Amino acid sequence: MTEAIKLTGLSKSFPVGKRLFGPPKAMVHAVEPLDLTVKIGETLGIVGESGCGKSTLAKMLVGLLPPTTGQIEIEGAVLDNADPAIFGKRIQYVFQDPISSLNPRKTIRQIMEVPLRRLHNLDKTARAARIREIFAAVNLREEFLDRYPHEFSGGQAQRIGIARALAAEARILILDEPVSALDVSVQAQVLNLLADLKKEFGLTYLFISHDLAVVEAVSDRVAVLYFGAIVEVGAARDIFANPRHPYTALLAQSAPEVGRPIAAPETAETELPDPMSPPLGCAFNERCAFASDRCRREKPALAADGSGRDFACFNPLAASQEDG
Amino acid sequence: MMAFLKLLARNRLALAGLIVIGMVVVLALITPLLPLADPDVTDTPNRFKPPFSEGAILGTDHLGRDLLSRLMWGTRLSLAMGLAAAIIAATIGSAIGIIAGYYGGRTDNIIMRGVDMLMAFPYILLALAIVAALGPGLMNALIAVAAVNVPFFARNIRGITVGIAHKEFVDAARLAGMRDREIIVAEVLPNVLPVIVIAMSTTVGWMILETAGLSFLGLGSQPPQADLGSMLGEARSALITNPHTSIVPGAMILIIVMAINLLGDGVRDALDPRLKSGALSRPMPATTVDRQGAVPAAKTESLLDIAGLRTEFRVRDRLYKAVSGVDLHVEKGECLGIIGESGSGKSVTALSVMGLVASPPGVITGGAVHFDGKEIIGAPYEVLRSLRGRRVAYIFQDPLATLHPLYKVGDQLIEAIQSHDSVSSADARSRAIGLLKSVRIPNAESRIESYPYEMSGGMRQRVGIAMALANNPDVIIADEPTTALDVTVQAQILSVLSDLRRERGLAIIFITHDFGVVGQLCDRVAVMYAGQIVEEGPTAAVLRNPQHPYTSRLIDCVPTLGGGQRKLSAIPGLPPVVDNLPVGCAFAERCDKAHADCRAGPVELVKTEEARKTRCLFPEVVSERSA
Amino acid sequence: MTGYILKRLVSAIPVLLGISVIVFLIMAMIPGDPATAILGSYATPENVEKLNRDLGLDQGLVPRYFIWLGNMLQGDFGRSFALNRPVLDEVLDRFGATLILAGTSFVLCSVLGIAAGVISAARQYGFADKAITFVVLLGISIPSFFLGMMMILIFAVQLRWFPVSGMWPIYGDRNLWVLMDHLAMPAFALAVVATGVIARLARSAMLEVLRQDFIRTARAKGVHERRVIWRHALRAAMVSIIPILGIQAGFVLSGAVYIEMVFQWPGVGRMLVDAILKRDILLVQGGVVFIAACYVLFNIMVDVAQALLDPRIKT
Ligand SMILES: Nc1ncnc2c1ncn2[C@@H]1O[C@H](COP(=O)(O)OP(=O)(O)OP(=O)(O)O)[C@@H](O)[C@H]1O
Ligand code: SF4
Ligand code: SF4
Ligand SMILES: [Mg+2]
Repeated sequence: MTEAIKLTGLSKSFPVGKRLFGPPKAMVHAVEPLDLTVKIGETLGIVGESGCGKSTLAKMLVGLLPPTTGQIEIEGAVLDNADPAIFGKRIQYVFQDPISSLNPRKTIRQIMEVPLRRLHNLDKTARAARIREIFAAVNLREEFLDRYPHEFSGGQAQRIGIARALAAEARILILDEPVSALDVSVQAQVLNLLADLKKEFGLTYLFISHDLAVVEAVSDRVAVLYFGAIVEVGAARDIFANPRHPYTALLAQSAPEVGRPIAAPETAETELPDPMSPPLGCAFNERCAFASDRCRREKPALAADGSGRDFACFNPLAASQEDG
Repeated sequence: MMAFLKLLARNRLALAGLIVIGMVVVLALITPLLPLADPDVTDTPNRFKPPFSEGAILGTDHLGRDLLSRLMWGTRLSLAMGLAAAIIAATIGSAIGIIAGYYGGRTDNIIMRGVDMLMAFPYILLALAIVAALGPGLMNALIAVAAVNVPFFARNIRGITVGIAHKEFVDAARLAGMRDREIIVAEVLPNVLPVIVIAMSTTVGWMILETAGLSFLGLGSQPPQADLGSMLGEARSALITNPHTSIVPGAMILIIVMAINLLGDGVRDALDPRLKSGALSRPMPATTVDRQGAVPAAKTESLLDIAGLRTEFRVRDRLYKAVSGVDLHVEKGECLGIIGESGSGKSVTALSVMGLVASPPGVITGGAVHFDGKEIIGAPYEVLRSLRGRRVAYIFQDPLATLHPLYKVGDQLIEAIQSHDSVSSADARSRAIGLLKSVRIPNAESRIESYPYEMSGGMRQRVGIAMALANNPDVIIADEPTTALDVTVQAQILSVLSDLRRERGLAIIFITHDFGVVGQLCDRVAVMYAGQIVEEGPTAAVLRNPQHPYTSRLIDCVPTLGGGQRKLSAIPGLPPVVDNLPVGCAFAERCDKAHADCRAGPVELVKTEEARKTRCLFPEVVSERSA
Repeated sequence: MTGYILKRLVSAIPVLLGISVIVFLIMAMIPGDPATAILGSYATPENVEKLNRDLGLDQGLVPRYFIWLGNMLQGDFGRSFALNRPVLDEVLDRFGATLILAGTSFVLCSVLGIAAGVISAARQYGFADKAITFVVLLGISIPSFFLGMMMILIFAVQLRWFPVSGMWPIYGDRNLWVLMDHLAMPAFALAVVATGVIARLARSAMLEVLRQDFIRTARAKGVHERRVIWRHALRAAMVSIIPILGIQAGFVLSGAVYIEMVFQWPGVGRMLVDAILKRDILLVQGGVVFIAACYVLFNIMVDVAQALLDPRIKT
């Protein structure tokens, strides 16, 4: 078994305009059925713009949201979200907003003790010892334990969030924009900490972010999400340098870069489609310079191109001529 | 708890309320022990004795009963009734509210429909119906008042619970293995409790009024038993002939309820964290100016020249020096970037220019801003107002929050035009359409009728830009206009801005924390740290050869695309908090070149090269990086 | 908009049914045999038998409810035994007086409350703010019935500015001026509490709004401060003030019960209290359902006003 996470046909739709009885007025497809695997010990990055379904996907993986269809396997076993105490030991989650993920009325020690007590049934002395170990691993001082969350800066709070996730002793961590609320100088500290922890404990990461450069810096492989569907998956080292899907290319060209002159990479002044009335065919067709008639009728499926890259596009960009 | 009591004591009115209600409660508690006449013994010959008569300090009522004694016993009963009703209503209502709010979905829907039905009655009708069914009487009145107030609590607490149940720490608790019931008790309840206490403290007074009211109508306490309401009710027929029998119980109700309300407000203020920081105060039309020392002269002949600007926030006993001595200038048609981490004072610098820093708590305490040669800090409001939007315009970060949600974007544009230019509405409208076109909004003619909520983030920010352009300003100050947007949309907006700037010869001050954006857009850049400029110079030169250690290390922190998987270099530690700045270099704590001299005293911003300035005693050597 | 109004009217139907169920259930709590309880001292065997026949009182709860509902839908709210006339006639006779009193008070408290709140917020911590805050605190702490009594003592008995009580003079003309003369004191006494509540909420709603980013935008555009307060801020604050007005209308209607007692105003509130004391159950039941239904309709108007104000509400 080399797969830490295996998703098959996983999707999520939200009802809108709920009624007291009877079916809702419409459904919004936040995540279209998707297949994805994360290998043990790997960091898989997921990039996409706001509203593309990143957090919905992440929450399904940890059982906080029930999927509409499909199946989630964690380390070979199907995820059963009936008992939080079981999956909590297998997969954990680090939240985007470090401060609001800590209960303002509990001390850090009380927060840290919950997973140890609930998931591992440790007694008081064992818990104290374990907390000391974990705090050492994330470079936090023990004197922080008796303080309240509002006394910490974003970076410190995020370390506490990571410490709590480690306390569950899960081998898989879902990191949902873990550094986007942090300042750049602190962001680098947390990213480096995550890299060290991964090495030390042999963890597997699913790293979600909207920042291409950050994702590229931490990931082995990257999946690009657009409008609830994966449009391209490939090795981090070349997916942005040699994108095959037009959307990946657009993302890569949009990231502001010193020295590149400003020019809008798209001519159409359009943005994400309306989720209430999704376009027919490829969801990207209104913004795509390569759109053909077929794109407006059919939905392209994610398919491998043989070189380890998967993409969903009828008129992909040319594969690179392997520029060295 | 201590902090709470201290906060409460700080509020003098609340303290007065506490003392008064405390005295009333003590008196009510010891009433049975006091040497009072029997409140229920009638003595008709001695009826309607005036106050201060012998043997009856407050006089007697229509049956000759001692008013003082009845007042004391009545107060005791009224207080007990009000408090009991409040506790019953709060307990049941909060339980319903928490369950509905936490579980949500159908449970919530069904419960809240029921609550809505109860709230569809004017409250007294329900109380009257209950009393009508159960019959008049003290207990029944109590039940009626409590029952009527349950829906108020339920709705209030549900709203709060919904907010908390969606907080991330609830999800975190679930992932740590907690079950719903434990989460409600251990995670949700402690956060809801203050709200319950606030709701109770602000409604006890009301409950006392209501129970007194039912008794007043003859539906509550039955004779001969006295509560304050029934005393007033019985005295009503003798109102004109013997007003004292009415005034005594009425004044008592007023005193009790007023004291409770004062106390309740104090409790609310002490428990509501937003009030703690003084955040609920209203920002004035222009920032308060309290300049110490001389007004500095302009350092350059530029269009906009900021010299020695100091802006502070005075919050309670703390002093946050958000901006401490900033010198900046921008020329006609130039784009100046200001870059720095969160809290470094970028926004406060920008807002100070036109007196838009929220005040209280913000105060400009020093420096000068010369626009077109004239000093405008501390200028009269009307002068500032006529410059705002006409010569110096702003674009803000979050376009949803910065546009008025209830007006059409067209009307907001037209207002911007008409604020400075008395043109007819038709003209203003066609100008507005032109503005929307100039920021490349498709279908401008129909988009002008849209409300902000109907637009996407990028379109809203285009409206924000159009609004800034409305009066052809000389300078646009853009405070992180693209930070809230996705990269692809950011690229569109930046290209719009850059084209407009070239077409119109605008000067732009562009605030950001993204080196990439600065590098693409700005001619010059100023780097801010802890409220000061630490480095300034032409963008290309600064980015290629940063001289201040902070700039250089910050650039290294930021991953750039194309670098591959790697370890990033990080700056250890945190930026200093601006209410406790060191005397020396603010970066010394994190700087690996720090020397004793760096901490000894303020470091000046000095010219290092043509057009470059750095605030560092040991600037980076140029050749280090250019290799 | 017409569609929205229709939709709101349709959605009022379940609420009205719910109200009728609640009133019915409360009345079903009356201990003992319902017919005897309703008839009280009029409980002759014939009357009991007739009532059982008309209202199905000897049947189960559910059929009883539907008989009652059916009667009401045909305009038959039952008969008051104490007054010996149909409940609906009595309620309609009295409702006009309550509407005049409560309506006047409602307009008074809305206008005064909002104005006081806005001024208070705009001059936060200034003299006007402190004065308004104090008066408002006094207003929400004084029982309206006590206030009414004191007003009678001062303005009617001592100063003789207004008549002591009633809606019309016993002798003499009935015109608008006479009515206003009688209305002034009760309407004011009734409005005081609600004015206080509205002023407080309006103040905090305004303070909340004034801190929002779009106010800073308006100022940055160079909009005049007066316009910022009365246009930008008040319009946004109205979104949270209007629902309060709806709730306060309920409080004004409720307070009318006390005020009608104090000022001998011939309205529905006094009728209800008298009916309860005389245990005239059918009159109470009918009166409560009728007023509650009117209040539901009023709240639909509030919702419509809200929808007109806030484009984000789907119409
Ligand atoms: N209303 C306020 N009350 C108290 N302190 C404030 C207030 N607004 C800002 N400050 C303080 O002023 C300092 C500078 O804030 P400023 O908003 O200018 O930072 P910034 O550089 O714009 O940060 P960001 O990148 O987050 O926008 C901060 O340390 C902050 O604590
Ligand atoms: S499928 Fe067509 S529209 Fe979609 S990305 Fe590919 S080329 Fe563009
Ligand atoms: S002055 Fe000293 S401490 Fe400050 S940045 Fe320069 S070298 Fe570092
Ligand atoms: Mg800022």
